[in-house]
Amino acid sequence: MSAGTPPLSIPPKPQAKALNCPQCGAAITLRALGHAETVVCESCHSILDAKDPNLQILQKFQVITGEVPPLIPLGTRGKLRGTDYEVIGFQRRGIKVEGISYYWHEYVLFNPYKPIRYLTEYNGHWNDISVCKELPVVQFASANYLGEIYKHFQSSDANTNYVLGEFPWQVRVGEHAAVTEYVKPPRVLSAEKTANEVTWSMGEYAYGADIWKSFNLPGSPPEAIGVYENQPSPVSQNVTGIWGAFLAFALLLLVLMVGFDFASSKGTAFESTYSLNHGEPKGEASFVTQPFDLEGRTSNVEVATSANVSNSWIYLNYALINQDTGQAWDFGREVSYYYGSDSDGSWSEGSTKDSVVIPSVPAGHYYLRIEPEVDPNHPPISYSVEVKRNVTVPGFFGIAFLALLLPAIAITWRSISFERARWSESDHPPMQIGNTE
Amino acid sequence: MTQPVTNCPNCGAKIVFQWSSSVQTVCQYCKSILVRTDVDLKKVGQVADLPPDSSPIQLSTEGIYRNKAFVVGGRILYEYNQGGWNEWHITMNDGASAWLSDAQNEYAISFVSNTTGLPVADQVKVGQQYTWNNQKYTVSVITPAHYRGVEGELPFQYWDKTDVTFADLRSQTGKFATLDFSDDQPALYLGEFVEFDDLKLKNLRSFEGW
Repeated sequence: MSAGTPPLSIPPKPQAKALNCPQCGAAITLRALGHAETVVCESCHSILDAKDPNLQILQKFQVITGEVPPLIPLGTRGKLRGTDYEVIGFQRRGIKVEGISYYWHEYVLFNPYKPIRYLTEYNGHWNDISVCKELPVVQFASANYLGEIYKHFQSSDANTNYVLGEFPWQVRVGEHAAVTEYVKPPRVLSAEKTANEVTWSMGEYAYGADIWKSFNLPGSPPEAIGVYENQPSPVSQNVTGIWGAFLAFALLLLVLMVGFDFASSKGTAFESTYSLNHGEPKGEASFVTQPFDLEGRTSNVEVATSANVSNSWIYLNYALINQDTGQAWDFGREVSYYYGSDSDGSWSEGSTKDSVVIPSVPAGHYYLRIEPEVDPNHPPISYSVEVKRNVTVPGFFGIAFLALLLPAIAITWRSISFERARWSESDHPPMQIGNTE
Repeated sequence: MTQPVTNCPNCGAKIVFQWSSSVQTVCQYCKSILVRTDVDLKKVGQVADLPPDSSPIQLSTEGIYRNKAFVVGGRILYEYNQGGWNEWHITMNDGASAWLSDAQNEYAISFVSNTTGLPVADQVKVGQQYTWNNQKYTVSVITPAHYRGVEGELPFQYWDKTDVTFADLRSQTGKFATLDFSDDQPALYLGEFVEFDDLKLKNLRSFEGW
């Protein structure tokens, strides 16, 4: 009781009043107690003055585009950021861009102690919105809010075309607001301008699944279609990181490569030159080389062949044989080199050198068995064979390098295409590559 | 405390308000939604009855602002064409007088400023900027309002203006200002927005179901 009012000895008999729509008689539920300014009759869509005990009709709107059932039914309670909220109002708003109407839905969230919050939903993308207490500063195509820069995304004229439930302001179907949006994913800053008021609000992207959990809704939320203006990119945060990691690993690889190169006791284990004279028969019988030692731990062995082929070829059947165990590695190598000139100019094919690396060869005493094959009309050919232990295989490092590079490129590409999809819906679409319309 | 009892105006069934300040209930029999029209209507002098309102704050609510305890002693209820708001008069424990405004549960605390050379109502437009105490403010809304009632203790004598104009200003830092054009001389209130939880309010009104 207020000061100065003497307490009444007998409380007055309470008065009650059924709350019914004066238009159609349907029962009206007031959820937000004295907070609601308007309440919409769910049966006949009359917008009623919630402050008026007789619920005077403020506006009756025609449902032109059909009933819009709210995904979160009015009266549903949920917990957002630790506070309980009840959904008390729902509106559909739309903008028209190049003749096409886009609609989104707004839910009014009520708690008797806390400021009103809003949830918006567009194509399965949700935003959790509250009114800004601090004023953003607009500078060219961006807005500075609390020291963070938000990029201008879109300016549009939004109009309300369907309402349900209660609103803390006097809502009307058909009311317009100039909406300017600035984004810094996952947040969106928007200014709504009417004749005598500018309201700034801050939205944070929310996932349908989390909203469903917060409000304990049955089923699953509608799938999010496309990329929304402030949807956090699943990759963008990682792009700088992945290139940093790539650089770090690439350097590490380089160090490893150089390190292995230095550490390995490499050297030529065997070297010899042979010649095949003109007219020597094809399919020359095989011969074996002098034995040589391969030392150290089990490692690779490179067999390099070079031959003075000139518009000719030589094929060598090799076998690397371990003298002690009899283990053999069989392989064939061809050295061929052709060149000439035609109407397109000079050309060449092949090389006078060949090399092959045999992995995992244990230490031991070895020899090579060589069986050369040549063209019967070959010119004299001399060829040399060199056996090297512990060669660095750049291919291995190359593969590792690629294994690092490819994800970095893939992530960057995904990030770029995500941002392109985001901005293609804005007032500042990126240049189109090809006709992807 | 006795529970208020009445009959459903629709079907005549007995209605018991479990909580004496309930505003609304549903008839268990005919499911009519019933609204009490006699609650929270307090006579204040010759002023019209205060309409039922929704502020969680009430007379004798206590809180803490900038490490100083305060207590709510009175209020003015304003109404404008888009709704209403409360200006609760609070007294800090050092004797300072301040206002805790509650506009749809957006809370701000402000103190009267002795700044002179204030603009008159006609000069102020939305978007205009003013600097007071080295702080830049931008006019965010101009509200023609009328006042619906007062309650409790107020820092001025009887006060009865029907139509008043306010200009609300915001800053980039959460500071807040109000130009009050209800007197011949405009008055300036400077303050800031505050979070409900930060005020650590006690003796709040309770709401059924919350």
